[in-house]
Amino acid sequence: MKVYASVLKLRLLIGMQYRSAALAGVATQFFWGFISIMVFEAFYEHTSITPPISLKELITYIWLQQAFLAFIMLWFRDNELFDLITSGNIAYELCRPTDLYGFWYAKLLAQRLSSALLRCYPILLVAFFLPKPYNMPLPLNAITFILFVITLLLGLLLLVAISMFLYISVFITLSPMGSLLLFGVTGEFFAGLIIPIPLMPLWLQKVAYVLPFRWTADFPFRVYSGHIAQSDAIIGVFIQLGYLLALLWLGRLALNSVLKRVVVQGG
Amino acid sequence: MSLYFKYLLILFKSQMQYRTSFWLLSIGQFFIPFSVFAGLYFLFERFGQIKGWEFFEVALCFAVIHLAFSLSECFARGFDTFSSLIIKGDFDRVLVRPRSTFLQVLGSKFEFTRIGRLLQSSIVLIWALANLPVEWSLVKAVTLLFMITSGVLIFTGIYMLAATMCFWTVQGLEVANIFTDGGREMAQYPLNIYQKWIARIFTYVIPFGTVNYLPLMFILGKTRGDEILYMLTPLAGSLFIIPCFLVWQIGVRHYRSTGS
Repeated sequence: MKVYASVLKLRLLIGMQYRSAALAGVATQFFWGFISIMVFEAFYEHTSITPPISLKELITYIWLQQAFLAFIMLWFRDNELFDLITSGNIAYELCRPTDLYGFWYAKLLAQRLSSALLRCYPILLVAFFLPKPYNMPLPLNAITFILFVITLLLGLLLLVAISMFLYISVFITLSPMGSLLLFGVTGEFFAGLIIPIPLMPLWLQKVAYVLPFRWTADFPFRVYSGHIAQSDAIIGVFIQLGYLLALLWLGRLALNSVLKRVVVQGG
Repeated sequence: MSLYFKYLLILFKSQMQYRTSFWLLSIGQFFIPFSVFAGLYFLFERFGQIKGWEFFEVALCFAVIHLAFSLSECFARGFDTFSSLIIKGDFDRVLVRPRSTFLQVLGSKFEFTRIGRLLQSSIVLIWALANLPVEWSLVKAVTLLFMITSGVLIFTGIYMLAATMCFWTVQGLEVANIFTDGGREMAQYPLNIYQKWIARIFTYVIPFGTVNYLPLMFILGKTRGDEILYMLTPLAGSLFIIPCFLVWQIGVRHYRSTGS
């Protein structure tokens, strides 16, 4: 466990160095947030039906999405790992006296954490002080906030577990682009990043609720805005835990089985 | 011009060497805007309209912008990946050759896998056109053509500006994404649904408004007045590329090699 902790710490420090890149990212995300809010605002303006999620809740949803983009994006990738697999340098990794799954998991986790830590503060801070209706309100009460933090962190752990499958699939396909696109597009759609899940048609919502993707983004954000009641949120935490354990177990199994078949050629 | 087509042919052949990878990427490129379009469709299914615009009207707008974007990504990709030319020092070689730098950089890379994106937007375009009650005339058809061409030129202009920045910063700048990806994302809806300041920036500074909003109103028969004026607005938007080209020339003169 100590090894993984130090991998985490080292990678965090490395990630924190790219400050100007993060600043540019923040600017882009602001623009993105504004555009999406305005589109939804225009949709809501002349509507005759009561939408299943209020505009205020939606705006919170969008700002949280922008602030924690690194926690929820599947295409956020580590090219180093892809190179390791396709170039054959994986042999070095296999020599390490640590479990490969845990080692990579810690590395990926740290990358996402450092990237989000750099970016979320400026976005959240400004989002709180924006003029109405673009501002982001504080959570309803302390319990909601605590639940939000728990679900967000569990969501992050879950997302890293999902993204591990992406790297494992490269062992079989040897080209990261195909699986990245496939994973990225479906995963993002069902996590509610293109349109929030409550706004999808009912039949699609049913699909989204079964898949694990929504527990990474849609669920914590709606807990924050109060769209999901606290009692439901507590049940959700257990579902998140269940998914997490299952995916970790499956991922480890899959990695071990592909590693058994790896043939490293000399050179 | 013939040199440009030679570049095109060579790079096409080289990409076709990896045929499976080419098709896989093309299929993937098909699905990226597809999921965005699906989102748009579901929103209209729920709300019915957006500030008075109907689904097929917005679909037409979406198709035009995405067509323009994928065409410019396909053919002007050289400028998008320009920073790698500078970092590796390969730009020095470009400068020694007796041809214009513009042409050579443009020809340095083509992304033919964008055919997937192109196909997707073409399908949306045809679907939208088939369902819109528009009385077609030659003028309107030409306007549509102008819209797409003008969009390609604007995106290319933005790529050139971003590439020119590399002369000073060496690294590519992520901020340029606001205007390429962000511009695409924003311009897929008619401009007047946004706040005034956004609409203004994207009409007068980066002229997406002359591509999607004004001529779109004309095609859909929402305007009264001089037809020729509306038809020509995309042409006015295309002028955007001229200052971009000039800035590029200044950048080239300012260039100092990284020496690698």
